[in-house]
Amino acid sequence: MIPTSYFFILSIILFVLGIIAFFIKRDLITQFMAVEIMLNAANLAFIALAKSHHFVDAQVIVFFIITVAAAEAVIGLAIILLIFRQKKSIKSQDIRSMKG
Amino acid sequence: MAIFLFFLLSIICVGAVLGMIISKNQAYCALFLVLAFACLGGLFGLLGAPFMAVVQIIIYAGAIMVLFIFVIMMINLREGISREKKKWTIALSVVLALVLFIELVFAAKGAAALGSGPEGSVSPAEIGQLLFTKYLYPFEITSILIIAALVGAIVLVKKREKE
Amino acid sequence: MRDIFWLIPFIPALSTLVLVLFGSKLPKKYVSWQACLSVFASFIIALISFISLLKTPPENYPLVKSLFTWISAGSFNADLSFQFDPLSAVMALVVTGVGFLIHVYSVGYMAQDKGYTRYFTYLNLFTFAMLILVLASNMILMFVGWEGVGLCSYLLIGFWFEKHSAASAGKKAFIVNRIGDAGFILGILFIFLAVGSSEFTAVNKAISGGLITQSLATLAAILLFVGAAGKSAQLPLYVWLPDAMEGPTPVSALIHAATMVTAGVYMVARMNLLFTFSGTAGNIVALVGALTAIFAATMALTQNDIKRVLAYSTISHLGYMFIGCGVGAYAAGIFHLYTHAFFKSLLFLAAGSVMHALSGELDMRKMGGLRKYLPWTYPTFLIGAIAISGVPFLSGFFSKDAILTQAYAQGQYFIWALGLAGAILTAFYMFRLIFLTFHGAERLNPEAKHHLHESPKVMTIPLAILAFFSVIAGYIGLPVVLGKKANLFQNFLEPVIKPASEGHLSMSMEWTLILISVVVALLGIYIAYVFYLKKPAIPHDIVRRFPSIYKLLYNKYYVDEIYNAVIVNPLVKGSEIVYDHFDLAVIDGAINGSASATGFFGRILSTLQTGFVKDYALVFLLGAVIILGILLF
Repeated sequence: MIPTSYFFILSIILFVLGIIAFFIKRDLITQFMAVEIMLNAANLAFIALAKSHHFVDAQVIVFFIITVAAAEAVIGLAIILLIFRQKKSIKSQDIRSMKG
Repeated sequence: MAIFLFFLLSIICVGAVLGMIISKNQAYCALFLVLAFACLGGLFGLLGAPFMAVVQIIIYAGAIMVLFIFVIMMINLREGISREKKKWTIALSVVLALVLFIELVFAAKGAAALGSGPEGSVSPAEIGQLLFTKYLYPFEITSILIIAALVGAIVLVKKREKE
Repeated sequence: MRDIFWLIPFIPALSTLVLVLFGSKLPKKYVSWQACLSVFASFIIALISFISLLKTPPENYPLVKSLFTWISAGSFNADLSFQFDPLSAVMALVVTGVGFLIHVYSVGYMAQDKGYTRYFTYLNLFTFAMLILVLASNMILMFVGWEGVGLCSYLLIGFWFEKHSAASAGKKAFIVNRIGDAGFILGILFIFLAVGSSEFTAVNKAISGGLITQSLATLAAILLFVGAAGKSAQLPLYVWLPDAMEGPTPVSALIHAATMVTAGVYMVARMNLLFTFSGTAGNIVALVGALTAIFAATMALTQNDIKRVLAYSTISHLGYMFIGCGVGAYAAGIFHLYTHAFFKSLLFLAAGSVMHALSGELDMRKMGGLRKYLPWTYPTFLIGAIAISGVPFLSGFFSKDAILTQAYAQGQYFIWALGLAGAILTAFYMFRLIFLTFHGAERLNPEAKHHLHESPKVMTIPLAILAFFSVIAGYIGLPVVLGKKANLFQNFLEPVIKPASEGHLSMSMEWTLILISVVVALLGIYIAYVFYLKKPAIPHDIVRRFPSIYKLLYNKYYVDEIYNAVIVNPLVKGSEIVYDHFDLAVIDGAINGSASATGFFGRILSTLQTGFVKDYALVFLLGAVIILGILLF
């Protein structure tokens, strides 16, 4: 069928695209979305692995990843809202309190 | 047939992600991302994991991205946000990302050498079996995690009463 | 029963520990009892060990008890082990016996002092260290005791440390001692290199077995003697002893008369095989001893401070002990050590009693006619003075005579003559002291006269006991004229101390020498009598006629001043220069420099912390790439 190596390549491409997206964008929300892209690329790799080794546990892992990513997205978005409330801006260069 | 589907889905996926990168409007970014996730769901199905495919679409494309769109709407920005000004960080990150890409390809070579693997999809029953026996603890703990996230989000965003 | 001698040092050690930990909370009365009883207990054990030693046949000497291996580094071993033989027995008995009497005396003397507990702590510590010194079975442990007594000497001389002169005197004692100790350590090392062990039994076996060359023996012996010269105040390292009189008088009695300063003599006697084997070293010891004896005696002639006279007298008599050891009559030297312990500590304690009576006065020009006020102090003081002058039938006569006779018998006529001259001077300055203090017109300060009183019993009873021993102690070492067997002391020490070739004199020669000693002693006393009682104008006349000689003697030959100018001041100046240019500039500069360099680099690095998340993420990415690269390739 479809050799799993194709899936791996795709996963890698998506991952790298996610990284580039993170660095290109300036606002927090889209940066967060880039992180989600990266997570999904990893998910794809896991499922491909599950298929190639006939290893069902990998799919369970993906299940957990999705769940945790959901929880993380909730909290992350809440924090972004708070930041917006305080600073009236979601540009990542406006958050600088960790300087020095 | 499957190959064709694969290429179609992957091209749409990568295209959606590229669109997300290029677009200046955040709502458009989110929508592109929904498309990308949907394609991923399809790819999962191609890989013989129909359950995970559905889970992906329901939760990721359905729930998480909706959350994103809610927040984007709440943060009611008049104008979009332009791209990063400092060119050198973009250049450096692109370079590094490409290097990473090459490295990862090398890394993946080993795993990918196994070819295609057995046919047939994995039924939910199999996943369920694993979930409730071998991975019982993570399962339960994840549920606690979700509750914590829920409560945490509410606590965080609650407006303080003015004293 | 015979092996309990190792307990002797540990009882005072235990007492010291208790006093150190709890002393400030204990009542004064308890401290006195504990301190004195611990030394008394040591004395009893020493006595028991001595008695059982008498029952052991000499082939078993010395009895060695090793407690545990203390140092074991390659081929260098030193155990914590003690040995007990006639020499150690004599020393242990003297230290604990005289030490006990002085502890009792101190209860009275230091009664008003606010550092009472601290005093007894130091005194017990000293007893412990001194006992380690005399009971050690190897040179390293002996050196530990050696240093310990040096430390206690510093602590006790500078006991009233708020007084500047006392603090400097303590410092001086310690530093001059240290100079001697440098020689001592070198001596130990040379011996160790040749013999491979520092145990006395091993060293003696090596010497008799011919493992050591004569030149090495001489070198080691001379180096050891340098240490002895520092500790026992011989030329040129005697300068600390007169200053040490700043300490409390019982301290002077114990440390600077009876025990610590005699450590050097003990050491030479312990190493007698070494010194005999290297003939040159013995000659040097005798010569230095003789010169010191006469030199110190001349300085004692002019001193007005009652304790200084006694201090110079001690230096002089230590010289006598070294004469004895140097000419090969080690037993005679130890004999004089033993008798001297009694009468010199008696003299010091009695002087302390006089000072106590006069509320601290120590200038003899402000004394006089005290004999009617001090019915206990005067007779005991007098007995001590008679003993030290070498008047027959008291102990000093027997021991001094033994030394001088042996010196003559060995053909060392120059040394004998110096010794004799010293004897006449001894008699003279001691009786000068007696007449100025107790006889003649009263020149007392009216305030002092008002408070004049005899000392309490706790002080006068030890004086009486010491006086008793000053009289009878000599009878165990009767001169050889009365038969070889009469010298019990020498016979007792025979297994340990092999006398050098016994000089033999004819009976008539021996009797002549004894007669000369007696005449010399009585002459000295008579001259003092004339100078200070009959015709008090004579001393003043002499001073007037020979003012420069008097000045020279009175200022102690300006030795302290010379040392200060030639040695001390250049060293101090030199170290100040080094301090400014090296310590401050280089060392402090390096440390401060490294600190500021760290700060500088830290500031540079902190520019990496921009506060932007994206920059941090860039670094993450870089790190991930690098690690992955390393893992893959």
